[in-house]
Amino acid sequence: MDHTSNLERIIRGGLIALVLIFFLFPIFWIVLMSFQTNETILRIPPSIFFEPTLSNYSALITGKLKTTAGNLDLAFMKNLWNSVLLSTLSVALSLILGVPAAYAFARFRFRLGEDIAFTLLSFRFAPPLLVLLPLSLYFKQLGLTNTYIGLIWVYQLICLPLILWIVRGYFEDISPDIEHAYRIAGNSWWQTFRKIAVPLAMPGIAAAGLLAFIFAWNNFVFALILASADKQPVTVGALAFVTASGIQYGQIAAAIVLSIAPTLALALYAQRYLVEGLSLGAVKG
Amino acid sequence: MSSELVLKNVDKIYGAGAVHAVKDLSFAVKPGEITALLGSSGCGKTSTLRMIAGFETLTNGSIELDGRPIHMLPPAQRGVAMAFETYSLYPPLTIAENISFALKAQKLGSQDVNKRVKDMAELLEIGDVLNKYPSSVSGGQQQRASLGRALVRKAGLYLLDEPMGQLEPQLRAVLRGRIKHYLREHDCTTILVTHDQTEANALADRIAVMEGGVLQQYATPAELKVRPANLFVGTFIGEPPMNVFPVQVKDDGKTVDFAIEGSGGQSLSYAAADFSQTLRNRLKGETALMLGVRPHAVRIGKQGLKARVVTCQWLGDQTHIASEIAGRTVVSVSHEQIAAKPASEVFLGIEPGDLHIFSSGNGAAIAHGAQLV
Repeated sequence: MDHTSNLERIIRGGLIALVLIFFLFPIFWIVLMSFQTNETILRIPPSIFFEPTLSNYSALITGKLKTTAGNLDLAFMKNLWNSVLLSTLSVALSLILGVPAAYAFARFRFRLGEDIAFTLLSFRFAPPLLVLLPLSLYFKQLGLTNTYIGLIWVYQLICLPLILWIVRGYFEDISPDIEHAYRIAGNSWWQTFRKIAVPLAMPGIAAAGLLAFIFAWNNFVFALILASADKQPVTVGALAFVTASGIQYGQIAAAIVLSIAPTLALALYAQRYLVEGLSLGAVKG
Repeated sequence: MSSELVLKNVDKIYGAGAVHAVKDLSFAVKPGEITALLGSSGCGKTSTLRMIAGFETLTNGSIELDGRPIHMLPPAQRGVAMAFETYSLYPPLTIAENISFALKAQKLGSQDVNKRVKDMAELLEIGDVLNKYPSSVSGGQQQRASLGRALVRKAGLYLLDEPMGQLEPQLRAVLRGRIKHYLREHDCTTILVTHDQTEANALADRIAVMEGGVLQQYATPAELKVRPANLFVGTFIGEPPMNVFPVQVKDDGKTVDFAIEGSGGQSLSYAAADFSQTLRNRLKGETALMLGVRPHAVRIGKQGLKARVVTCQWLGDQTHIASEIAGRTVVSVSHEQIAAKPASEVFLGIEPGDLHIFSSGNGAAIAHGAQLV
């Protein structure tokens, strides 16, 4: 029996379309822009009909940008690689540190436990600019300015609290008796953590990892201050398109398309995995 | 390889002295013996079990298995198998894998493992769900799988936490017999935690009755019924529960008289010869006592205590008559069919040998039948 009338269905369809247009149109427009030259982008009125060109992409990939004011070298591919490197390694380090810590916070009560957990979360409250000035001074002293290690370390401020708090919730949802049953069958605490707790919390760990990756990827201000051109990620590298001869909209659009591609692919892949994990790993009574 | 378990002066305090869950608990389970920890919710029985398994630390005392102190060892090294009240099956594994999983550490051939899983599934009647996942079978099936996972292992001690709470009554009765037979055959030292006295009576060789974190009595099911150590055990064990009256005792040398408080002068009178001299001497110091009598020992007759019938019910094999004396309900069970109208008067007779006499202060038993404790 269908209780929804045609009118309801039409209204619902219309509203969904509205939401989709609102969210997807900018991306669609950027994809269009990435195949145009600055002239066709800037013409008035704008039109979706144009002669497509791959010049923006070839400029990004070869690293040679031709403008009216002369040729410019672009480090875009290097920036993209930096983004991949920084985000991946930061998330990996955060998972190695954060998952056992989340387990400890979920399972054991210890002195100052809640205070430590909250302090880690509070890193997310502070505006990055608040810590950047002292941090850049320390980094100069330590020789960490403009190094991958330094950036990955700072990125822990972004990734670690996220992973810690999300994964902790997942661990808390697993009945301790499942782990007890495994331990009493002759397995050590460490084996139980690896074979029972982590696999059961996997959907949560994946979700937290993905979220942390996106946050790390989108970070701008830490890398802007603490790294120079050869270590900068795409978010900072995109500034290079604001040139003396004007803003290179076509290249910016192409750069955006290239830089959202990895996160988008990762999100689509992980989404499938997340749904699978949630339905298989459902812990019942 | 059945082991002997000894608990010595075990205390468990949760928080900073907030909850004293187990108080100075000492008892021993002989090799191959089945012991039930029986008590109401929150009596400390599950805390005790978890301390033996190693999931809770002891505040004081020690636990020894075959003379080896185990209370400081991690659970993995205690050589103990346990079935959990919450089942706690591994969600990504099938029922069969869950049961066989426990055998992995024993390095058996796959044929041997399969046979033992199959035998266990047959015993517990879960053969038809072996290839399903825990989330897709019923609570009762999960519980039996969890029980199977514990029993299939070779361990010195088996801990079963409410192992049959989720089963239907008929199946429960069948499985009780089979599990008892299995535990006997494999000579398994077992501790069973339950709040169901029928289950404890049916499975256990000895029952440890707990209340408020204190062990009240540790004895065979028959002994608990015939010689309860105190008023709590007397009223806790037995269905319907023991009838209890506060009485004043008077011994004039010829008769021993128990006057029931608040009944307007009604009393139970017995010839002094019905009681041993030692018991009469013991009762001399007492005035107020608690008198207990089992429902099946209350006889409906022509003389005795006058009571007003509240309900009378023939259950097909026995009559339950609830009547009232001095505002207290007295239940009588008879195997004959008796017709007694509500609000009519009946006379209740009690043989001196059926009396349980308790101190009215701390509830400790003074005498069972005519015998001093």
